[in-house]
Amino acid sequence: MSLYIDVPARAQSPASPTYPPEAFIHLRPDGTIVIQVNRLEFGQGVQTALPMILAEELDADWSQVVGELAPAADVYKDPIYQLQMTGGSISVPHSFQQYRELGAKMRAMLVAAAAEQWRATPAQCRTENSVVYGPANVSARYADLANDAARRSVPGEVRLKTPSEFRLIGTPVRRLDSRAKCDGSLKFGIDVDLPGLKVALVARPPVYGGRVKRLNDREARAVAGVRDVFEVPVMRGATGIAVVADTFWMAKQARDRLSIEWDLSGVEHPDTSQMLTRYRELSRTTGNVAVNRGDATALDRIPAANRIVADFSFPYLAHTPMEPLNTTIRFDGDHAEAWVPSQFQTMDQIAIAEVLGLEPHQVTFHTEYAGGGFGRRTPLDSHVQREAAAIAKRMRGTPVKVVWTREDDVQGGYYRPMFVHHVEVGIDARGMPMAWRHVVVGQSHIIGTGPPWEGALVKNGVDELVVEGTADSRYAIPNFHVSAHQPTINVPVAQWRSVGMTHNAFVMETLIDELAVRAGIDPIAYRLALLRPDARKLRNPLTLLDEKTKRWRFSVPRDHAVGIACNEYHETGVACAVEVSIENARPRIRRATVTADVGMAINPLTLEAQFQGGIVYGLSQLVEGGAITFSDGRVDQRNFDGHTPPYMQDAPVEMDVHIVPSTEPPTACGECPVPVISPAVVNALFRLTGKRYRALPLTRL
Amino acid sequence: MANYALTVNGRQTEVNVDPGTPLLWVLREHLKMTGTKYGCGIGACGACTVHLGGVATRSCLLPVSLVGSRPIATIETMASDPVGRVVQDVWVAADVVQCGYCQSGQIMTAVALLKTVPKPTDAQIEQGMGGNICRCGTYVRIRQAIARAAQQLG
Repeated sequence: MSLYIDVPARAQSPASPTYPPEAFIHLRPDGTIVIQVNRLEFGQGVQTALPMILAEELDADWSQVVGELAPAADVYKDPIYQLQMTGGSISVPHSFQQYRELGAKMRAMLVAAAAEQWRATPAQCRTENSVVYGPANVSARYADLANDAARRSVPGEVRLKTPSEFRLIGTPVRRLDSRAKCDGSLKFGIDVDLPGLKVALVARPPVYGGRVKRLNDREARAVAGVRDVFEVPVMRGATGIAVVADTFWMAKQARDRLSIEWDLSGVEHPDTSQMLTRYRELSRTTGNVAVNRGDATALDRIPAANRIVADFSFPYLAHTPMEPLNTTIRFDGDHAEAWVPSQFQTMDQIAIAEVLGLEPHQVTFHTEYAGGGFGRRTPLDSHVQREAAAIAKRMRGTPVKVVWTREDDVQGGYYRPMFVHHVEVGIDARGMPMAWRHVVVGQSHIIGTGPPWEGALVKNGVDELVVEGTADSRYAIPNFHVSAHQPTINVPVAQWRSVGMTHNAFVMETLIDELAVRAGIDPIAYRLALLRPDARKLRNPLTLLDEKTKRWRFSVPRDHAVGIACNEYHETGVACAVEVSIENARPRIRRATVTADVGMAINPLTLEAQFQGGIVYGLSQLVEGGAITFSDGRVDQRNFDGHTPPYMQDAPVEMDVHIVPSTEPPTACGECPVPVISPAVVNALFRLTGKRYRALPLTRL
Repeated sequence: MANYALTVNGRQTEVNVDPGTPLLWVLREHLKMTGTKYGCGIGACGACTVHLGGVATRSCLLPVSLVGSRPIATIETMASDPVGRVVQDVWVAADVVQCGYCQSGQIMTAVALLKTVPKPTDAQIEQGMGGNICRCGTYVRIRQAIARAAQQLG
């Protein structure tokens, strides 16, 4: 989500506030070193990566390091954004320096404590594996120095290691949370249990914005274990009915027995087939201008034979993290406690406090492990937490866990918006695009939210998240015009892993492929030739991709084909080659080779996992059952029967990931692989069927 | 409400619940064994997979009244299962998990697969694991881990 990257980064230079090491590092007497992680762990591996960075400078014994998810508190806010949050793939890029300094300062304090005991100077001491070694064979364990060290003042400046001194950073380190996730012992938000805990489910209106008109809850209240049934505000001014019961199953049985008459008057009923028609019409007209470079009329002087005119459409996409949405809150009148798999602690804590009439600091806020997120846990309105707080308020004194069923999640909105693109490309004598006119149509999830996001991200009436990947394309196209229409539709939308890149990169990379084919140039060579001279972050991975795929990409079996795509996001360049065949009228991805320039690799094992996983996630918009559609205001899909994410057979059978060697500061990771896979696959399919695929998801081939 | 005697991970236990309550929720809410996960409630994602009389079973679809005398094994006992232990170890060694939410179900499915087909081919792995969703996309490492487990179980 570049939304978070761009805003404050531009507003202020990253001042380096000082962080008290004691808020991040606990040296236990048994030698265990507990490191507070100022982010949500939801698969990306930050609960291992940030402790690695700190432990590197601390010279800690890695086998004794434990990572804990920090609660909501000012000290755990992102050092640049001053919000406690996880998003925009910023965790490592923004906290790299912070965690290094924390480790180095703690180390300096331990060394100073030891030197004083030994009447030596810190320069005479060295550290390794949680031990300080002094002159004349003296040594002391960190754990034994901890009390002395804690009494010392925190040094202002410390020397950090040079990359050549790293022992842990850059090595493949297994995740710290692996075992607990393999034996069932790790507690996710949905596993929270408390004395007297009740579970709430909410019946929400069938069309967004609807309100309860009449309720008959007699049958629901008759279900054993039901404690209360009442109307609650849900997102966007709507209302719903909350059912509170002893267990999830009881609450669900009761909810199924509610008889609710909804007031849907005055509420827009979205219908995606009608929207498609309207969007297509809009795409024929110029929208708010995002980029106008060179001569906009150059295209009109190019003969039709040298033009490509293409229409693309992309559906709404649900995130469907495996752990359904949930939040647990206990409200005690002048205080509340919340257990939230939260990606945005600062905002979620404020939202809960607002609903309960408290100050944020009166809400003790525990960050719980989350089973995935992909953007679904970051709506700017914290609607899940607001709803849970409204229920907790009514159930004062009783902890209540609000759980969304999978149906609630699939139908609950906050999707990646539906988009239509209309593109006209004029080609020069060398086969290169010399004029490009591009119209994007789709909702913005930023416009209308007010400051700070709207002010920072919307320019000339264009939300840059709608056009990212197109407007900021790294290709050198001299005459380049991009505009956007951003209609308001009654469907809540949100960021979805890699946000605007999901559709913009698809359009760019399939058109570039088409141009390469027309020019008769190898798709990697074509891209390298067309990139702007400063597009280093893409040039490196493309060159590496060429090298790593040379052995196989020119010798695939007859009924297989290769597709290429690349994309840069958050200063990370990614390139991808896939080998595809057609099996049961579906693309069968035999192999994927992925290369990336992420700056310095902190943990190559996690990077590989993120890239493998991001590639699979990117296939969500390609697989047949990937779309969310609306008929007469209602979502057509309900659960994983009608809405199917990629299964194992949809994913690449083999995948190899190669990271460009670098000692530059680490850049983003989590979102960056997502955009490249769909265009790479359809580029390969073109070579098998001769067809271009411009409407997603794919139907039977 | 009715009483049901269950054998869970080798231990006898009794619960008093509505007969229609799926085994998943009996495990999670009545027995407080939260290793088995709720993902969809319709048997389409595999997160809730347990072994019922040794057979991989979607616990979200199975009313407790239909369990009968068949023993139930969950992720919580896999460390003491000879195949389960190996699968967990290769999972850790291959750094398979990401968010980890689906992995109880993946491991339970993989253990059942290896007990039925000790040396699965790639196609058999895909068939055996093909009903389990992982939104983090750990499929490639799952394939590798199962192949490695099969090798170790020799």
